[in-house]
Amino acid sequence: MAYKRQIDRLPIIPAGAKKQSVTCHFCIVGCGYHAYSWPVNKQGGTAPSENAFGTDLSEQQGAETEAWYAPSMYNIVQQNGEAVHLVIKPDKACAVNAGLGSIRGARMAENSYSRQRQTQQQRLTEPLVWRQGMKTPTSWEDALDLVARVTAKVIDEQGEDGLFVSAFDHGGAGGGYENTWGTGKLYFGAMKVKNIRIHNRPAYNSEVHATRDMGVGELNNAYEDAELADTIMAIGTNPLETQTNYFLNHWVPNLRGTSLDKKKAELPSEPHGPGRIVIIDPRRTVTVNACEEVAGKDNVLHLSLNSGTDLALFNALFTYIADKGWIDKDFIAKSTLGEAVPRPALYPARGGAGPDRPGHLTNFAAALEGNRTSIDDAAKITGLAPADIVKAAEWIAKPKEGGARRRTMFGYEKGIIWGNDNYRTNGALVNIALATGNVGRPGGGVVRLGGHQEGYVRPSDAHVGRPAAYVDQLLISGKGGVHHVWACDHYKTTLNASEFKRIYNRRTQMVREAMDAAPAGDRQAQVDAIMVAIRQGGLFAVDVDIVPTKIGEACHVILPAATSGEMNLTSMNGERRMRITERYMDPPGQSMPDCLVAARIANHLERVLREMGKGDYADQFKGFDWQTEEDAFMDGYHKHAGGAEHVTYERLRAMGTNGFQEPAQAFENGKIVGTARLYTDGVFSTEDGKARFMDAPWRGLEAPGKDKQKADHAFLINNGRTNHVWQSAYLDVDNDLVTDRWPYPFIEMNPKDMAGLGLKEGDLVEVYNDAGSTQAMAYPTASAKTGETFMLFAYPTGVQGNVVNAGTNELILPNYKQTWANIRKIADAPAVTRGLSFKSQEYRSS
Amino acid sequence: MTGCKKLIEVGRRQFLRGGAVATAGAAAYAVAPKKAAARSLARVDYPSSRLANVKDLTVDEPLDIAYPDDDSPGVLLKLGRRVPEGVGPDGDIVAFSTLCPHKGFPLNYVAADKSLNCPGHFSRFDCEKGGMQIWGQATQNLPQFTLRVDDRGDIHAEGVDELIYGRLSNVLA
Repeated sequence: MAYKRQIDRLPIIPAGAKKQSVTCHFCIVGCGYHAYSWPVNKQGGTAPSENAFGTDLSEQQGAETEAWYAPSMYNIVQQNGEAVHLVIKPDKACAVNAGLGSIRGARMAENSYSRQRQTQQQRLTEPLVWRQGMKTPTSWEDALDLVARVTAKVIDEQGEDGLFVSAFDHGGAGGGYENTWGTGKLYFGAMKVKNIRIHNRPAYNSEVHATRDMGVGELNNAYEDAELADTIMAIGTNPLETQTNYFLNHWVPNLRGTSLDKKKAELPSEPHGPGRIVIIDPRRTVTVNACEEVAGKDNVLHLSLNSGTDLALFNALFTYIADKGWIDKDFIAKSTLGEAVPRPALYPARGGAGPDRPGHLTNFAAALEGNRTSIDDAAKITGLAPADIVKAAEWIAKPKEGGARRRTMFGYEKGIIWGNDNYRTNGALVNIALATGNVGRPGGGVVRLGGHQEGYVRPSDAHVGRPAAYVDQLLISGKGGVHHVWACDHYKTTLNASEFKRIYNRRTQMVREAMDAAPAGDRQAQVDAIMVAIRQGGLFAVDVDIVPTKIGEACHVILPAATSGEMNLTSMNGERRMRITERYMDPPGQSMPDCLVAARIANHLERVLREMGKGDYADQFKGFDWQTEEDAFMDGYHKHAGGAEHVTYERLRAMGTNGFQEPAQAFENGKIVGTARLYTDGVFSTEDGKARFMDAPWRGLEAPGKDKQKADHAFLINNGRTNHVWQSAYLDVDNDLVTDRWPYPFIEMNPKDMAGLGLKEGDLVEVYNDAGSTQAMAYPTASAKTGETFMLFAYPTGVQGNVVNAGTNELILPNYKQTWANIRKIADAPAVTRGLSFKSQEYRSS
Repeated sequence: MTGCKKLIEVGRRQFLRGGAVATAGAAAYAVAPKKAAARSLARVDYPSSRLANVKDLTVDEPLDIAYPDDDSPGVLLKLGRRVPEGVGPDGDIVAFSTLCPHKGFPLNYVAADKSLNCPGHFSRFDCEKGGMQIWGQATQNLPQFTLRVDDRGDIHAEGVDELIYGRLSNVLA
């Protein structure tokens, strides 16, 4: 049965409680919250004078009240060494979420470390070192000394290419400007580490190289644009679940028609109506259903295309729109490349326009000819009805009554980022936005919708090169001697995960055995033994994280980190809105912010290198004398980010949950002046300021092994996220509400497919193919097409990445979405799935 | 049950206005504060309220109720199928709060799949699974009212298993 807390009353926030700004650290939207805290031996009362709301709490409060919080928003935590009550509740005055809380963010308090209330007891509190056959708590000095000695020895023998790094590069928890700078200064400043990868993919690369190469930064509009657009085009994204409050607070009002007054006020010289939406996704998502509910089915066009065929669709739309003349000729002339660039020899028959560029950048006319695709040809490839493709083109670009150009916002995410032919598909979409002049103007934008918040400031990564090293494959092939892992868990979130785990376990086991055979207290003997194992193919692994991870089980040293709220942390969201989350509680045990962990590693490396007689190299590790996260912020963001001279902690605190939109332009009247949208002047991010179009013809399934896998297996294993758990699984494995609902990852299957395999709801299945196998819980889904399933991605009790083959695109972008496999029953529904609901997840009004 | 109806109306009005508006909540209720009994207990003291008689119920015809007081609307349901926490001769009678635990909008009952649905932000709760959130924004499953059926077939509500939206104590004081 459903998990119930049996909480019938909560402590009341007293008048005068401490109130601090919090930006939700889970997804990119970055909803504004406030953290209220007060001494544990005090409480507020129901009289208006006795509580923080000035409200009579002896009465029932109405819908959307500010004077209520759920049990999940409450906890008792340590603050400056004292126990305090903590309530973290959404902020009605935040422009992002207007008081809405998601099922993830509204559990931030409950998902905080509390010894008093026994929440998140999984958190790492002490450094751990492999000793006497187990991971044993130790001091920072001891753990860091071992890390530094082994790292220095490996670099001494193999050079810096022997140090492998997996590190976050984003904002929010497990990231932020402070921590990306801390790790960045260590690996790209003090060192020039090349074999480095990011948390969710096997290389150090952009997920959207194409749009950047075309001169269009991927976060170029404002959330307000979703309220102003005539049409929203949503590609490979399911925003109700993965940008929840951006969708609810900014898309829905447009689709419902309640942003009409705003449209008329801000854009008075053209006709306006309620927004329409085109959704491109092989799967019918809850987003499609919600859009139909609020906009009416006539204003929602769901193009349920064949998996991985987006590029053909975009090229047909581009062709049709251009041939109809529904383009912005002035914009194209003024802001995009004038002269065509000759096609490289043999393009497109043999791969890309160069090893670092799978598509050819040129001008509008040449791209149009290169991509020319008829509606009928696209219909054959995509499986869509020709009339629907035409309808999409009309909704995107057919001029409004009186001739005004339609304002169309293009939002895309993992459906194409982790989909077939990432580079060309991304480019082909940006082509449409550029051709219709929908970049840099209200109601427009061609933007990735994002996963985490952003928070990137690091020394140059140019030495990494492009294509970047395929780090996972190098590890599998025996390369590298030491691996530093920062808030990454390859075991859950990589492709080819079955093989990766098998090899990684073996290589790290070699080092464990060596450590077990040498005297634990003899540091030199330990290091010598570890180095012998490394020379024989072993790998020494260091894991920095806030929680125990699956890859951490294989690591030899664990270093405990602090997370957002246990430290001050700055990030920006999907409209580049930068805020500070203030430190409202103490980090657990001895844990500390990643930036300070990086600094202490640097300090120890400097010391050890000097001992080894490498004074010049040791000098490169100077400049890590930070004592606080603010020191790292001032050394990194403040000195290096565009406009950052205007930004300090003090100013950010004063800007509260609304912050400002990057880049900062000035500091005036006590406020940081930001930038609502980019490219309003028509000058793009290229050397000459002109945006490029991309000649990007369709070439089928591009990544190695995909065609054969499709031919050999019965089911598409499409995959993605779900509302309960999204960028929050690392904490939710220890959260009863979530583990009760999703003890296993679900796999949505058409009931006919289930019947064919003898499956009932909740039964456990194995999903298996040439790459490996994983398991999931069958969830009958009438809207699923036969032969097409959808599995929850990156879930610890069934890792979808196990069945994703090693094939990537030319720039080492993984292709998680195009995965095919067979399915067989493992077991009847176990007790934990028998009590679950397997009803449709789509809202019903009747 | 006038308070209950008013609350639903407030919810609907705000919903139709399109979301982010200042709540009229407290102001809408000119209800005199209820005086707490001078007792100091670890948990709230739930009243026992007669909701209906089993004979009043028809399968899939929801009956509007309120519990623990008139300002907390709920629904009494005869599901037609035995469920784990169901009461009555057929073990199929259950009752839930109808204030969405996300933002307090009124839930509507859909007999076709025995679910309670929120028009505000699309959350859904399964009446056959103890109010489990099938999908949605709330950070708790739907508060269910503890029921007892007496010898005469009268159905009494006597407890709640989660915090009801809009009150920091399930029994107002």
